[in-house]
Amino acid sequence: MPHDHPDHDNHLDPMDARVRALETILTRKGLVDPAAVDEIIETYAHKVGPQNGARVVARAWTDPDFAAWLREDATAAIASMGYTGRQGEHMEAVFNTPEQHNVVVCTLCSCYPWTVLGLPPVWYKSPAYRSRVVIEPRAVLAEFGLHLPESTGVRVWDSTAELRYLVVPMRPEGTEGLSPEALADLVTRESMIGTGQPQVPA
Amino acid sequence: MRTPEAPFDAPWQAQVFGLTVALHEQGVFDWPTWAQALGAALREDDRYWQAWLSALEALLSARGIAEPGQIIDLAHQWQDAAHATPHGQPIRLENAGHGAV
Repeated sequence: MPHDHPDHDNHLDPMDARVRALETILTRKGLVDPAAVDEIIETYAHKVGPQNGARVVARAWTDPDFAAWLREDATAAIASMGYTGRQGEHMEAVFNTPEQHNVVVCTLCSCYPWTVLGLPPVWYKSPAYRSRVVIEPRAVLAEFGLHLPESTGVRVWDSTAELRYLVVPMRPEGTEGLSPEALADLVTRESMIGTGQPQVPA
Repeated sequence: MRTPEAPFDAPWQAQVFGLTVALHEQGVFDWPTWAQALGAALREDDRYWQAWLSALEALLSARGIAEPGQIIDLAHQWQDAAHATPHGQPIRLENAGHGAV
C-alpha cells in the first residue's frame, strides 16, 4: 500500500545502498553496463528455470539416442536444446536406477546447474543442507519426504564452479503413452536435484 | 510443474547477482575464483546474500577496483539522495545533498 504514508521519507536499507554504491563505481569505470545487468537479472529471475531441465529429462525418457548422448556428453546434449552456460561450466547427467539414487549438493557455496534449473532454492544454499547431505544423506532425504528402499544406494555429487550435475530421475510407471510435454510436467525441480521424485500421473 | 519461489527476496539481491555475473562476463574474475570467494564469505556469514555482497566487495578490493572506504562513502551519498527524493520518484545520486557528485 504505497499511499498509506504520503509524507514518508525515502529510506534505502544499508545493503541496498552498498550495492548501488558498487554499481555506481563499476559503471563509472566502464566495467558494467546497467542495461546488461538488468538483462542478466531478468533472464535468471524469470526466463531460466527448472522447466528447462524438465524438458531435458522428458526427452531422455522418450529418446534413447538423446539419453545416450546426455550420458556421454551432457554439456553438448543440453546445449543442443538451447541451454548453454554463461560460466563455461561443464554439465554431467547422473541417472537414477533401482540400485543407485543420486543427489546433488555444493558443499563449498552454491554451485548449481543454472542453465537447466535456474537459481537454487533457499534450502540448497543453507549450511545445514550443504553439510548434512554428505554425512547422512538418507536422513536428509527422509526430511524431504523421500524414503528410498534399503536396496537403493545413495550417491552424493558435490558440484563445483566447473562441473554441475543434473539428476535424471527414473521415469514413473504408468506414463507409457504420455508425450514429452506431458512428461515434462511431471518432472519436479527436487527430482532433478535428487531430493524428490517426479510426480505420478493423476 | 509448479513455479518455484522467486530466487531473490529483495531487489538488491538481484542487483548484486547481476553485477557479479556481468563482471565475470567482462573477465574481471573467473568463476572458480568467484566460487572460492563466496565459499569463504559463507564461512563468515551464513546469511547468503550478505555473504555474496561481502565476497564481491572483497574480490573488487583485492583487484584495486573498489576500495571499502569508497563504497561506504558512496553508499552514504545514495542514502542522502534517497532522503532528498520525493516519495514515488526514482532515486538519483545527483539528488544527494553533498554536491560531491
